[in-house]
Amino acid sequence: MAGMPHRSGTHGSPLRRKSSSDDRAMRLFILVIAVYLVIALALPLYVMFSKSLENSQGAFVGFQNYLEYFNTPALVYSIQNSLFIGVVTTTITVTIAFILAYALTRSRMPGKSVFKTIAMIPILVPSLLPGIALIYLFGRQGLINELLFGYEIYGPIGIVIAEVFFTLPHALIIIITALSIADARLYEAATALRANRARIFFTVTLPGVRYGLISAAFVVFTLSVTDFGAPKVIGGDFNVLATDIYKQVIGQQNFEMGAVVSMVLLLPAGLAFLVDRIVQKKQVALLSARAVPLEPLPNKRFDTLMLTYSIIISIFILGILGVCQFAALVKFFPYNLSLGFSNYQFDLMDGGGWDSYFNSIEMASYTAVFGTIVVFAGAYLVEKGQGLGPIRGAFQFLAMLPMAIPGLVLGLAYIFFFNAPSNPLNFLYHTMAILVISTITHFYTVSHLTATTALKQMDSQFESVAASLKQPFYRTFLRVTVPVCTPAILDISIYLFVNAMTTVSAVVFLYSPHTTLASVAVLNMDDAGDIAPAAAMGMMIFYTAAGVKILHYLLSRGIEARTQAWRVAVAK
Amino acid sequence: MSEVFLKIENLTKNFGQFTALRDISLEVFQGEFVCFLGPSGCGKTTLLRAIAGLDIQTQGSIAQAGADISVLPPAERDFGIVFQSYALFPNLSVEKNVAYGLESRRAQRDEISQRVAELLALVDLADQAKKYPAQLSGGQQQRVALARALATSPGLLLLDEPLSALDAKVRAHLRMEIKDLQRRLAVTTIMVTHDQEEALTMADRIVVMNHGIIEQIGTPQEIYASPASQFVADFIGTMNFLSAKVACSGKCLLDATEIAVDTSDLEAGQQVQLAVRPEDIHLEAKESGSAEEQNQTPGTIESLEYLGAFVRATVKLHQSGATVQADLSSGNIDPSAMVAQTAVAVTFPADKIRLYPLGT
Repeated sequence: MAGMPHRSGTHGSPLRRKSSSDDRAMRLFILVIAVYLVIALALPLYVMFSKSLENSQGAFVGFQNYLEYFNTPALVYSIQNSLFIGVVTTTITVTIAFILAYALTRSRMPGKSVFKTIAMIPILVPSLLPGIALIYLFGRQGLINELLFGYEIYGPIGIVIAEVFFTLPHALIIIITALSIADARLYEAATALRANRARIFFTVTLPGVRYGLISAAFVVFTLSVTDFGAPKVIGGDFNVLATDIYKQVIGQQNFEMGAVVSMVLLLPAGLAFLVDRIVQKKQVALLSARAVPLEPLPNKRFDTLMLTYSIIISIFILGILGVCQFAALVKFFPYNLSLGFSNYQFDLMDGGGWDSYFNSIEMASYTAVFGTIVVFAGAYLVEKGQGLGPIRGAFQFLAMLPMAIPGLVLGLAYIFFFNAPSNPLNFLYHTMAILVISTITHFYTVSHLTATTALKQMDSQFESVAASLKQPFYRTFLRVTVPVCTPAILDISIYLFVNAMTTVSAVVFLYSPHTTLASVAVLNMDDAGDIAPAAAMGMMIFYTAAGVKILHYLLSRGIEARTQAWRVAVAK
Repeated sequence: MSEVFLKIENLTKNFGQFTALRDISLEVFQGEFVCFLGPSGCGKTTLLRAIAGLDIQTQGSIAQAGADISVLPPAERDFGIVFQSYALFPNLSVEKNVAYGLESRRAQRDEISQRVAELLALVDLADQAKKYPAQLSGGQQQRVALARALATSPGLLLLDEPLSALDAKVRAHLRMEIKDLQRRLAVTTIMVTHDQEEALTMADRIVVMNHGIIEQIGTPQEIYASPASQFVADFIGTMNFLSAKVACSGKCLLDATEIAVDTSDLEAGQQVQLAVRPEDIHLEAKESGSAEEQNQTPGTIESLEYLGAFVRATVKLHQSGATVQADLSSGNIDPSAMVAQTAVAVTFPADKIRLYPLGT
């Protein structure tokens, strides 16, 4: 226009779009959620790091605590122990999970969905539970402890078995996904070139899933190195980094040393996380849109072999669970094996009684509701928002970070940050709110990725169309985005609920006498020697989580049926 | 033509180091149907998105209906848009999709449903109102998207490759339908396409783009018959290019053959590309060496390609060894008299050939 010659030249600074009210509102919201992540994640971690450089009086001492740490053989030995547990667990779990995933995707054995469901069960229980079952099976008065030929279950053997149980579903999901994206045409080509089964396996199958295997290995490694439940229950004198943090903080009240061990534990977890991110990016590039799905051919010998294998794994998982249920019902093991509900009188034990159970349900419900809202809204704003590029980038980084932060480390960081008298948020300490905040933060990454994936699958032009029709963004968000993403939203809320029920690590430092939790009660009752009630509470957690999962399944089926008319197109 | 509705001045768009649009200026008139045509990566979609405010230009101004809209967000501009993917809301029925832009405008419920019914009748989908997009064919979905874009009676309709996702028959049918609808509603329309047939059949004017600049603006006839640059000549339809040299005013040399042609804007001795369309070349069976007529050069038919309505001959010119393609239709010559290896005289009619300076 004649009136604005400064705009028509090719010189000068680039034009910037005038902000619409939508832009401003979205920027405000994204700032709010970014501030949440800074408060709930970045600041506590920063405070914990600076604590590791202070003495107990709060004076800056540089790396003196670290020097002390590395000069204490008992502590340094834990690094080696943790790595040992991590490597052995990873090797065993990935091997077991790969064969099971292979059976589930590449054989024609019957009952695949049953086996897959059974293999997912460990997600529904606290990592303390397999340890309890192992005590009943292989402990000093264990049911079948002669099978250990005199070896001790308390220690590395017990920890590894418990960790394998605990990490199996995580590895299985990743490897099944990797095996399912196989391109049938590659197998047809290999067969046409007269490669035999073994050669096809090593030249087509394994290279195709290598990124999946690497990714599974790092996930299992991180989980088993940072897990606190299994070594706590069945570790005996075998110290690992996670139990060291707990002992330094709860046992010796040495918070500064707890911070140092936390920083040490961050290293392997953070490294594994970084490698996994790099590998994940490569995996995506392998996906070809035109791949033809592979249909396995029947092969009687192979199918029978796979079926037998799947049954053995299922017996292992159901066995652990069954032993726990047995332990919960037996009156006085091993002297009085008659059954009853005396172990369910939680109010007579340490750990908070039945209140802990109901607190857990309350906490899990809040986590599911608020967590889903925060995570989904955050992912939406990062995906669809305009401008604020650096803040959106920082948000994306903060959203990925919790994956690399072990729960105990997060919990300890919360003590340092929220318990500081100078912190205006100090009032949150020892409340239900801080448990909910820490749990949402602890499980943020997977939820965020689920939401992002669902949002990326939506047509990116929806927002452009809505803007051209002069509709505010929240209307399109509520009327289109949320309904289309309902399955993912349900997935996120269930994921958060189940994890909030089972988690111990972050909340173990944060609960108060009024907000005891079921999973922490399992820990405390086990600590006090009330192993049977601990098993009973653990099974309560399992039944609750399983019930919610079944509810989720039915709900998803219902929604699927009701929205079938339009979902066909979205599925493409 | 009526008054200027959309005025684009000196528009430049950079993506980092890459310049997607370079100093584009363009006027679109009230009620006009304009097509942005060009190969992928030519900047046509970038230009459309700048007009919509979806990706703002780096420099330059856009005025619509006399008001400067250069930096306004999409919601504060006045346009309706149809995307290649249609972007229909999958969870809303056809009528709810069409009503989407009407609802919050404090309109009465029955007013809205009346308007929706009117629009669905307009695109011939009155009986599909309750269905979901996934239950419709691609062509029907496209019409729903069109009805939704027109619902708020925007001053400007933007179509981003709206027909590319459809199969050939539906596409040809919808071409006519959209053009007809646009004419009836007299809504100023800009369509982005890479399909020249679409552009030639639908547009009042075509903007041919390449590498972020406008190569030519003109009616379909002008673009086809008088391409302004070698790029346009090459991009639209089929074109033979032969190396030649300007001899003197009104004449050029194609090897040893003197060709009468318009040489304005060119200097004697300049190297040029001689462009001629296959359907404009005349062939007649003739032994070489016999007396040649004006603009005629000897050649041999190398091969023949049957294309239904006509036969396309590949002819090797004796003097240069270059080949040209010439179409033989019943109006031109009896195709059955022509077989491979026939010696022919190739005529380039003076009024049908154009010269382009080398390197444009």
